[in-house]
Amino acid sequence: MTFSPQLEARFATLLASYPPGRERSAMIPMLLYAQDELGSVTDELIAEVARRTGVTPLQVDEVISYYTMLRRKPAGKYHVQVCTNVSCLLRDGDRLFEHACQKLGIENHGVTADGQFSIEEVECMGACSWAPAVQVNYEFHHDVTPDKLDRLLDELKEKR
Amino acid sequence: MPDPVKFTIDGLALSAPPGTSVIDAAKKAGIEVPSFCYYEGLTLVAACRMCLVEVEKMPKLMTACTLPVAEGMVVRTNTPQVHTARKYMLEFLLTNHPLDCPVCDKGGECELQDMAFRYGAGESRYTETKVHTPEKQFSPVVFFDAPRCILCYRCVRVCDEGMGVKALGVVSRGVVSEIAPNHGDHLECDECGACIDICPVGALTSGTYRYQTRPWEMTHVGTICTHCSDGCKTTLGTRNDRILRGNNRDRSGINGEFLCIKGRYGFDFYDHPDRLQAPLVRKDGKLEEVSWSEALAAVANKFQQVLGEEGSFGIIGSNHTTNEENYYLQKFARQVLGTNNIDHHRTGDVVTTLDALSGKTGKLATVADLYRAKAVLVLGADLALEHPLLSFQIRANYRHHQAHVYVVTANPVREDKYAAAVVRGRDYASLAARLKAEPDLAILFDDSYKGDDIRAVVEFGEQLGIPVKYVPLVDRSNSRGAVDMGLTPELLPGYQPSGQPGLHYDEMAAADLSVLWVVGANPLKAGASRKAGFLVVQDMFLTETAAQADVVLPAACAYEKNGTVTSGTGELQRIERAVNTMGAKADLEIIGYVAREMGAAAKMGPWTPDAVFQEIRGAVRGYNVPMPVLVTGGAAGTTPINGRVAADARPDLVRSDHNGLFASGTLGRYSKILNSVVESRQSR
Repeated sequence: MTFSPQLEARFATLLASYPPGRERSAMIPMLLYAQDELGSVTDELIAEVARRTGVTPLQVDEVISYYTMLRRKPAGKYHVQVCTNVSCLLRDGDRLFEHACQKLGIENHGVTADGQFSIEEVECMGACSWAPAVQVNYEFHHDVTPDKLDRLLDELKEKR
Repeated sequence: MPDPVKFTIDGLALSAPPGTSVIDAAKKAGIEVPSFCYYEGLTLVAACRMCLVEVEKMPKLMTACTLPVAEGMVVRTNTPQVHTARKYMLEFLLTNHPLDCPVCDKGGECELQDMAFRYGAGESRYTETKVHTPEKQFSPVVFFDAPRCILCYRCVRVCDEGMGVKALGVVSRGVVSEIAPNHGDHLECDECGACIDICPVGALTSGTYRYQTRPWEMTHVGTICTHCSDGCKTTLGTRNDRILRGNNRDRSGINGEFLCIKGRYGFDFYDHPDRLQAPLVRKDGKLEEVSWSEALAAVANKFQQVLGEEGSFGIIGSNHTTNEENYYLQKFARQVLGTNNIDHHRTGDVVTTLDALSGKTGKLATVADLYRAKAVLVLGADLALEHPLLSFQIRANYRHHQAHVYVVTANPVREDKYAAAVVRGRDYASLAARLKAEPDLAILFDDSYKGDDIRAVVEFGEQLGIPVKYVPLVDRSNSRGAVDMGLTPELLPGYQPSGQPGLHYDEMAAADLSVLWVVGANPLKAGASRKAGFLVVQDMFLTETAAQADVVLPAACAYEKNGTVTSGTGELQRIERAVNTMGAKADLEIIGYVAREMGAAAKMGPWTPDAVFQEIRGAVRGYNVPMPVLVTGGAAGTTPINGRVAADARPDLVRSDHNGLFASGTLGRYSKILNSVVESRQSR
């Protein structure tokens, strides 16, 4: 399996960061970086990461199925993550999530037909001070109201 | 040895070596700390939280499995807090457990039931709907019921650590996490069933045993597996004269709890529909069922007639019949029929090995030695496939004692993964320097080493300057016993030279003998036509050889008779009758009846296993073992000679079948489960 030179360089650094025989420690960051490049964790990627970290594909699958941030199906170009954990919930994070679902016309873990947006209800993102919080890909958005979210999504829609 | 640590558990002043876990220390003192995930010999996961104990000066309850004892530590396992914790843990484990105990295979021998009975709460606070998922079939052997699983990880660990296969894992998390096989929806593994056996609940169940019986309805008979030469004890659960399962949960054999697919499931050939249940005599060119008395008379009369005409006899014995049968057969051949044409299919050059080691004592490694040796050298053999117990022992030795394993084989083998050094080919001499630095060594070699190769290996081992033990690997459940009992023309029982010429296995099959008598062997397997004037075959099935016979006598299988067998590593063990198949008789009995018909009963002596074994004890050096060890189901080491073997070892006659995990010669052909595993693999 071939990756971009940048990703290969990252893999090399990661695998060298752990003592010999402990290459499996690099598994999670490798999967996260590879997922960004490929859009999701494919069977081929699982086999490749297993080979490089010296574990079985099943052991990689154990990790992927445990962590929600590792996805077996591609997300949208913009992956909208709405927190509904305690602090955000107290500030109407749950309603914000429902609003986002309605606006995009999809359910939790869904992807819009054009592949532009996907949505996920997530647990605490560490942004409680500015609840409710939303994360789009790696960008944080604070004190989000339904109006602010509409504007944000419209902007992104135009950006394409 | 560092000073022992002193501590108290439940008021008892105890001491133990540093590093001992509290759970082990408590167990040794006779205090039970309940646990599911803790399992002797496997790594710790502290997943089940059942072993929580109170420790003075520690702020909360501690898991006794992961807590090492410390100087002055005060542990309490019998306090209200501990009792409450156990109740809560069980309540938690039972949240989604289906409580289908009345139909569950495990009901009656379930650790969760036992724990709930002893430590559980009378009621549960959970009223929510239980999470349910349908059962899955992972392979012909393994079924999985996720709701019953308590996620103790025993199966995952025994497969990875014990077997070195890593075929099971745990996917997802929280309430939906479950055991998963290595290939999406199915398993590709050794199909050994260790995961099923080690499961404390009924989550993993066996394809052959599930829903067959309640455990308490069975009778349990400890006997020795009849497939390979490793000599594993298998405890057969029987009901109404049928074998329902094999396992070794009491861990009383040399194999501990280890069994491969053959030991655990491969017994099923015994009730194959093709099993012979009446003697057959050829009449007008066709084999017809007759009574035992008619068949025995036909054999005895023919033997008498040929004796009178001074015709020739040839006798081919078996490498999977008992020592008693082998001994009795060669005695019959030599004393009643007056012939030295007696042989069996030899699967390892035991004779040369013993000769090369003459004058040295304690040179044959036992199964236990392979777990204790500081270093192991494997020559030629793919142990994981052909000698799964020995492979398991060496792997356990590596895991528990960091033994150095050296592999010298033509092809990649499972031992490569943790080997200290791997050499492809046969150049073991290149390891000399490293081996000399080891404290001691066990060398195993397969049939690709014979004759002078073995002498070279022994010479190499003996010049290393360290204690070295050897294992000449053989194939079948009693290959070693067959040579020990003198089933060869060159050697009498106990490796005494016969001093007489005699035809060998292949020669007999091809010779124009007046009579060829085949007991538990299939010399015409390859499709050759019989040459002998009269062919008598004792077997369980109508093999290629039996199909050409004049008389076929239906033989009992190893699970239907008593006697002793000798494993490849020299352990003498008793086999015990578990069931009966109507019409079949033990080979020993058949030989005895033929002797009686010929009026040779007095000469031959009684044909009961115990009587013949007493004779063997006197006649074969090393077999005079302590009877209590044997009688109580133990294994006694044997060294049948400690001097030169004054006969040609004929290494050219040695050839192993190299049966893998899912093959076992004729027996394998008639095992439904072995065939179903092979078929399911081919269909993928």
